[in-house]
Amino acid sequence: MNEFLTLLGDAEFWIAVLRIATPLIFGTLGVLLCERAGVLNLGIEGILVAGAFLGWLTVYSGGGLWLGVLVAAIAGGVLGALHALLVVRLPLSQHVAGLGITLFATSLSYFAYRVVFPKVDSPPKIEPFQPMEWLGLPILSAQTPLTLLAILLVPALWYVLTRTPLGLAIRAVGESPHAVEAQGINVMHLRTGAVVAGSALMGVAGSFLTLSAFNSFFFNMVNGRGWICVALIVFASWRPGKALLGALLFAFFDAAQLRLQQSGGGALPYQLYLMLPYVLSIVALVLVARKAAYPQALMQPYVKGSR
Amino acid sequence: MRLESRTAVSRIAPLYSGIGAILFTLAVSGLLIFWANADVLSAYKAIFEGALGSRFAITETLTRATPLILTGLAAAIAFRARLFNIGAEGQLYMGAIAAVAASTLMMNEANELALPAPMAFAAMIAAGAAAGAALLLIPTLLKTRFKVDEVVTTLLLNFIALLFVSLLLDGPLKDPAAMGWPQSPTLPSELEFSKLLDRARVHTGLLMAIGLAILLWFVIRFTRFGLAMRAVGANEQAARFAGVGVNFTLIKVALISGALAGLAGVGEVAGRTGYVTLDMSPGYGYSGIVIAMLAGLNPIGVVFAAVFVGGTIVGADAMSRAVNVPTYIADVIVATALLAVLVAGLLTRYRVVWRNPKVPGGSR
Repeated sequence: MNEFLTLLGDAEFWIAVLRIATPLIFGTLGVLLCERAGVLNLGIEGILVAGAFLGWLTVYSGGGLWLGVLVAAIAGGVLGALHALLVVRLPLSQHVAGLGITLFATSLSYFAYRVVFPKVDSPPKIEPFQPMEWLGLPILSAQTPLTLLAILLVPALWYVLTRTPLGLAIRAVGESPHAVEAQGINVMHLRTGAVVAGSALMGVAGSFLTLSAFNSFFFNMVNGRGWICVALIVFASWRPGKALLGALLFAFFDAAQLRLQQSGGGALPYQLYLMLPYVLSIVALVLVARKAAYPQALMQPYVKGSR
Repeated sequence: MRLESRTAVSRIAPLYSGIGAILFTLAVSGLLIFWANADVLSAYKAIFEGALGSRFAITETLTRATPLILTGLAAAIAFRARLFNIGAEGQLYMGAIAAVAASTLMMNEANELALPAPMAFAAMIAAGAAAGAALLLIPTLLKTRFKVDEVVTTLLLNFIALLFVSLLLDGPLKDPAAMGWPQSPTLPSELEFSKLLDRARVHTGLLMAIGLAILLWFVIRFTRFGLAMRAVGANEQAARFAGVGVNFTLIKVALISGALAGLAGVGEVAGRTGYVTLDMSPGYGYSGIVIAMLAGLNPIGVVFAAVFVGGTIVGADAMSRAVNVPTYIADVIVATALLAVLVAGLLTRYRVVWRNPKVPGGSR
């Protein structure tokens, strides 16, 4: 217990929390945009891999760091457009199409990595984003600009969703697409746009891993982060502020287990610590499940003229 | 652009759509092979020969297909009832580790649980199936009792199951002879599945998998339980209204689906590797979902789809050695085939209308 209290007073710990939370914030906001428009996007895990790989490849081939982020966002957007084509334009199962995109994006990224680097044992490194020391704030100064961007995105998305006509339309299309169509708004365009934008955020989440958290690309580096974002959004009841809170809470436990794993000195098997984040995600889902207000039209394909 | 239901679906439409999907897949992967600086036609030839071109190739493909049939069946039956079991990977590992745990308990003479080999063999299979079923029972009960979405929980349980197996391989089920490598003790040879052919790895697990596919086809098609299951999958509310016990049906489906995935793990341990490692499945659980979809959730179709996917993996391995294209092409081919088959199947039921009629209900 004492150990835990010293942890809370340790700036290094909170720096780790914010670092772990950053890709989850981007990812969860991406899921939020898709699901608010009524589309489940299980392509997220693969989009994270593609964003991580292409962002890193851009920087490795001489592009700037921000260009890398942009490329990752575009890659995410393209995969999102593919997902939208499959489940918005064509009424395919959102579960299956999303898993298909994950498999496709992951294997394509690994394939491309091996084509570009046929015989490397240790992955080539790049110069990643540096901490924003000029900021002069306690914990935030130790973060990279992408973390700041993630945090600023939360109020921005909140504003768009709740205070603009576009946001109202996006929320409405996830609840009742027929009502939106009756207002003369094109359901297909709106949903496609939301999925593309949400997937672009997922791509940025992936690029954070290779351009900020680490400095190279390796296999299995995403390791279920995408699935965790899909769990977090239920916990966050599809609200940007709560999504930030959920990501921070999750990162808090993840950072704590990392720390306890190091300081625990092997009292417990390390696998138990690693399990903790996944177990907590499930517990969180159970706690909120009964009153979870899923968007009413989530996973409901919209076929014009049908009821 | 919009979709319009076809009023009459041509009988040979599935043939067209199948050919279209195959051509599309070949074109996409052909571009990638071209990009990897290999001759496309000789690469395809190498894949085909590596998968089916010799006795060795065919037996290797069937060995690969064995776990894939079982995980494919696990996904097919669950998806039929709209229970989205994405956790076959974890269930496979739980089945494998449970088989090893049961066999070490029962084949130990000093242990009071010791059984003669034939009974231990049956108990080992039962333990593996039960472990897989138990792992899927958790998210299913969370779904029926607390309305927790099973997609995310089954996905997350894959990671938990793998860590749990890793924990066992570091502790009680560590093979002391494995020099610190995380590996379970080897199964006693009396409990291994016998080989079907000389000089080949294909084992009786294949017959078990095919037998279960036929059994499952029969159950889905001809039994009351099969009808209840299809009803729940087609329309849960209508099924409930018609007097089907929806939750009970889902739980039964979960037990069968999890057991099938667990059996895939038993088959890998008892038929191929002999022990459990943390890399014994290269994603067989996830591939099972693809296979089930390629087969249109039909158990008999699953057998053929599993041979296709198994052959693609084995063939791509051989091709990779021959013409130096990364083996990941196998997963790209399978993923592209899945997306192409989904779209092609849809286009047999709908027609695409590129321009909306100016007047509602006007000229078509």
